[in-house]
Amino acid sequence: MQGVTVGVDRALAGAIGVLAAASLLAAEPVIPRQAELTHLVRQDCGSCHGMTLKGGLGPALTREALREKPAESLVVTVLYGRPGTAMPPWRDFVSEPEAAWIVKQLQEGTLSER
Amino acid sequence: MSAEDTRLRRWWSVTVATLAAVGALAALADAARAETGVVIERATGSVQLVDNAKRAPLARVEGLGDLSHASLVFSQDARHVFVFGRDGGLTKVDVAAARVVGRVVQAGNSIGGAISRDGRVVAVANYEPGGVKLFDAESLALLAEIPATYGAAGKRAKVVGIADAPGNRFVFSLFEAGEIWVADVTDPRQPKVTKLANVGREPYDALITPDGRHYIAGLFGEDGLALVDLANVGAGAQRILANYGRGGEKLPVYKMPHLRGWAVAQNYAFLPAIGRHEVLVVERSTWREVARIPVHGQPVFVMARPDGRQVWVNFAFPRNDTVQVLDVDRLALVETLKPGRTILHMEFSAGGEEVWVSARDDDRVVIYDTATFKRVAELAAKSPSGIFFEWRAKKIGM
Repeated sequence: MQGVTVGVDRALAGAIGVLAAASLLAAEPVIPRQAELTHLVRQDCGSCHGMTLKGGLGPALTREALREKPAESLVVTVLYGRPGTAMPPWRDFVSEPEAAWIVKQLQEGTLSER
Repeated sequence: MSAEDTRLRRWWSVTVATLAAVGALAALADAARAETGVVIERATGSVQLVDNAKRAPLARVEGLGDLSHASLVFSQDARHVFVFGRDGGLTKVDVAAARVVGRVVQAGNSIGGAISRDGRVVAVANYEPGGVKLFDAESLALLAEIPATYGAAGKRAKVVGIADAPGNRFVFSLFEAGEIWVADVTDPRQPKVTKLANVGREPYDALITPDGRHYIAGLFGEDGLALVDLANVGAGAQRILANYGRGGEKLPVYKMPHLRGWAVAQNYAFLPAIGRHEVLVVERSTWREVARIPVHGQPVFVMARPDGRQVWVNFAFPRNDTVQVLDVDRLALVETLKPGRTILHMEFSAGGEEVWVSARDDDRVVIYDTATFKRVAELAAKSPSGIFFEWRAKKIGM
């Protein structure tokens, strides 16, 4: 019993360490900013992609639509837009770590739920 | 006095009294009904019914689905509204009874709709699957479908900018196809469609002039607009203002302008310049640009007061906390207002004395006197977007 507990503890500690490192690297936005970004995605990205992100004049941003796509290129699309299409650059409004956070949430489907 | 006279006199007085009572009742009913408005509450899938004259809420109707990009049209008698939701939902609401009386989810993704001039057919413009569906205004039964198929590969385009036109026609644009179609729905089960190709790249929305004569589609993929004379559809579409952006870099567009809602005042049409902080002024007789008015941001709605003496403008993200007023006689900016956070729509009272403005992120509708620009009242609403008053029932293209 004791051994198992220690094992779980160690695994947990390891996982927390990895998470901490990951969040340091990604510099996750602080919680109030996350709420602002969520609002921005639903309302302002939603102008074209739909408030529930199921698409409009722009394509759907649901988990199903995005999960196979490479995150880095999606981050670039958010920051710099897609020339020749209606997708504008958002770099004046979100930083690169914030764009990365948005893409991660979209790919996990946590922003499309109402 | 003879018996006959007495009888006649009694009959007469009873008749007069009855007529007076009927008249009084009708007046009462009129007063009670007043001028109704409908406010879309986008985040909660509800609409709020309001008394336009009393500036007071009447009732809330829920269960309309995803209203994140919603619009509506009134039935001819203004008893009902047909609400077009983003999720493809078409909901018929009885305004007097304040309840949903019919609802169909008719597509995966919709942008808006219109009602035929004879009031019998409701048309919905769909993104997915791209096309138009026609419904019986009474029963919401499907009458016909017009798939927006284009090109050799038979792809379907997203349909935008649908409007009703005289002669029981609907006019709409195909975004990816660059086409404008005119559908005659006199026989709504067998619509006759006239297709105009090569009108310009990516029409994104459109308006019809208040007299129903001209249909104008804004183009996203190039500078300029496409104009169709509905009295002579066979002549095709004409490109207007093709050079308005020449020599300048376009700004990124964070929200597409909305052309629906009149921007026609006196002899001019006022149009948003896409990707620019400008309102374009076009002379209606020649369709030539006569002025460009610099404004606070990229215009979204450019709407003329019913008397045509003012034009009110709201703006796209991130400059969407502001409303500006243009004077039509002087073709100049005369007022800048800050009604609240995220101004999505404006609606004039029937005579234009007031304008109602939705401030989405403040959860309220702000009412201004259009002569003094004073804020005269406020109404609480949940995440309000479109505001629609019943005077629209009688108007073309509304």
